[in-house]
Amino acid sequence: MSAKTCCAALLLAAALVPALAASRTDAADLRRSGLDFMTPALQALQRDDRLNPAMLWVQDGAALWRTPAGTAATSCADCHGEARQSMAGVAAHYPAWDAISGQPINLAGRIQRCRQRHQQASTWPNEHADLLALDAYVAMQSRGLPLAPPDDARLAPLRAQGQALWQQRLGQLNLACQHCHDQRAGQRLGGAAIPQGHATGYPAYRLEWQGLGSLQRRLRGCLVGVRAQPFTSDAPEWLALEAYLALRAKGMAVETPAVRP
Amino acid sequence: MAERTRSLIHLPQGLLKGQPFEVRVTLGHPMENGLRPDGFGNVVPRSLVTHFECKLDEQKVCAVELYPAIAANPYLSFWVRADAPGMLVFEWLGDRGFVHRETRAIAPA
Repeated sequence: MSAKTCCAALLLAAALVPALAASRTDAADLRRSGLDFMTPALQALQRDDRLNPAMLWVQDGAALWRTPAGTAATSCADCHGEARQSMAGVAAHYPAWDAISGQPINLAGRIQRCRQRHQQASTWPNEHADLLALDAYVAMQSRGLPLAPPDDARLAPLRAQGQALWQQRLGQLNLACQHCHDQRAGQRLGGAAIPQGHATGYPAYRLEWQGLGSLQRRLRGCLVGVRAQPFTSDAPEWLALEAYLALRAKGMAVETPAVRP
Repeated sequence: MAERTRSLIHLPQGLLKGQPFEVRVTLGHPMENGLRPDGFGNVVPRSLVTHFECKLDEQKVCAVELYPAIAANPYLSFWVRADAPGMLVFEWLGDRGFVHRETRAIAPA
């Protein structure tokens, strides 16, 4: 091989290597759960059900599942049977489209609708301990399964709205979600690591709350953090963000009930 | 349901006579230290669990004092050895007459 062709081959190789590397990183999944950003002690708290304080709520949820409610005096178990079988993988498919109301719905919303329609009971207020307990109990039956947002065109406008919100600057600090959780994930904000913001473990037990809370509560904390006025509790924006986040975390494992700092 | 005090008690399976085993307990409790304001600026009254005790057939096997710096939902773990079948009694005591009792029968083989 002459010096010239050798040189050309090297150049070609040099040109190819970054291209190959780039395609490899595109193919590799760089998404990391919030669990990876926590200390080993805190990870242990989530991984061991005998330590995880969220299990207090899950235990309540299991009891509520079997407790008759409403004027219909039926329990969740009367229709759905054992949650371990009937609810396995269900939470991974939310938010979904509710054909009866013609609206998108998340898992907590589905539980509320079920209460109204089939138990003829009143709905719980947002963040009610019983709602969180049942939500966590149902979602836990999908633990370890990949998030599989439904392939439903009717959810597309909601997801688009969620993505727009994710990219929209908000508040006095004039920051969008993506500025921290896409562009600066892994860096630190004060003493805290900035996670990538994958909502895989809600309802989650947060040490800051010393209790279980919903994704909406977590998002509200972020809005207050950038000095924005949070949306009202029944605003459609929360569900839009949830729908976009589910798509963004598609294929990642459900972790409910997660523990977060 | 939310008002009811909840606890989690974990005992290992297959206990053996004379063989120590780990007991893990979590109590659902806010552990309010009486210094925090609520959302409206009013101080939340102090409500702490101050004492925990575990007895195996009237014999004290573990006693713990809890203090304000301990976070909500206190978790404790300790080791117990039993030579015969018996009853484990768990008791948490706290401010304003707070009492929570749980019992678990054990039958080491």
